[in-house]
Amino acid sequence: MTSSQQEISEEIAKIQADSPRGAPLLDFAPYRSTTLRHPTKEPRHVDPEGAELLAPVFGNSDVAAVEADLTVQRGGEPIGERIRVQGRVLDGDGRPVRRQLVEIWQANAAGRYSHQGDQHPAPLDPNFTGVGRCLTDDDGWYSFTSIKPGPYPWRNHHNAWRPAHIHFSLFGTDFTQRLITQMYFPGDQLLALDPIAQSITDPAALARLIASYDHSRSEHEWLLGYRWDIVLTGSHATYLEPSDD
Amino acid sequence: MTETTPGQTIGPFFHHALAFPGDSELVPFGAAGSVVLHGYVHDGAGEPVPDAMIEIRQSDASGVVPRAGGSLRRRGAGFTGWGRSCTDGAGHYWFSTVEPGLPFFAVTVFARGLLDRLFTRIYLPGAEGAVDGLVASREADGRLRFDIHLQGPSETVFFKFPRT
Ligand SMILES: [Fe+2]
Repeated sequence: MTSSQQEISEEIAKIQADSPRGAPLLDFAPYRSTTLRHPTKEPRHVDPEGAELLAPVFGNSDVAAVEADLTVQRGGEPIGERIRVQGRVLDGDGRPVRRQLVEIWQANAAGRYSHQGDQHPAPLDPNFTGVGRCLTDDDGWYSFTSIKPGPYPWRNHHNAWRPAHIHFSLFGTDFTQRLITQMYFPGDQLLALDPIAQSITDPAALARLIASYDHSRSEHEWLLGYRWDIVLTGSHATYLEPSDD
Repeated sequence: MTETTPGQTIGPFFHHALAFPGDSELVPFGAAGSVVLHGYVHDGAGEPVPDAMIEIRQSDASGVVPRAGGSLRRRGAGFTGWGRSCTDGAGHYWFSTVEPGLPFFAVTVFARGLLDRLFTRIYLPGAEGAVDGLVASREADGRLRFDIHLQGPSETVFFKFPRT
């Protein structure tokens, strides 16, 4: 019953022929594990109140500066292409999200996570956990130094490969702005084949998950730089409904 | 709003990155005045979801939503009103916390196979104005119980907020 990539790609194309959407479709059969895990009822529209209006707060006691450099967490240098990923976290009105937590996790250069559930027979790197944290600065900037993650196989269908990606977890100023997503790399031929990425059926929205190579962020004889900005949904605390009069 | 960065699934390999010591203990387990909020996450076939992550945000007992850091290094920190629990092999999540003065826990749900986060609430038993179906039950030992069903006849009510 394992599907081929061609079958998966045809399913994706059929769904994408309908209305493009900027948020991932939760009911997206080409990603097989969604079948029993997507709600079928329309979400209930509610106005946020109380605790929903305030994201959790994190500070310097939560995160050590060294956690933003994934290449120095162990005794030695991890194997792979050294990179830096930098960008700004903005809210839906373009304001920087200041002093807020950003968490990342990723596979190593060989496409293996240092997670006990990962059975991909690629080597673990004793010098790489693939886990990082930082706080944004007063202009909403985050910065991580890491290793470019490798693509990895998964069991969604026959010969299925995830494009190289870094998982990002983000908070805004409101609880309702919570976001977990994945950052992809430019020019990755696997993106078009990947049902997780393609669940975002609007190509312009998917493009917002792809970092850009930024030579000004590369460092001479040291690393390659990428820029990726993140825009959360709008906050409610400071938002005033336009009045009718 | 058109420029919003879309979400993606948390995937299967998040535990070593997102779990941390004390993540689900907003107050230490067993502390005076504490309560356990717990439940199971189920899929549309009623099977447990062992790779979900639940986060809660809440006020303190007096109704104040804390704006204090320290959630990631709980020892020595005060009550932060935020916690995280990764489900275990039985799909079970749990928090040790206090009953909020504002009568619900704000909840976010993530899971492998779930392409974007879901929002819901868990109300305290007897809360006024509670959304139908989103009220925790009080177990004989005092714990609060609330199961989350991603799909199926008991599907949990999930929310859409304006501007999201
Ligand atoms: Fe991944």
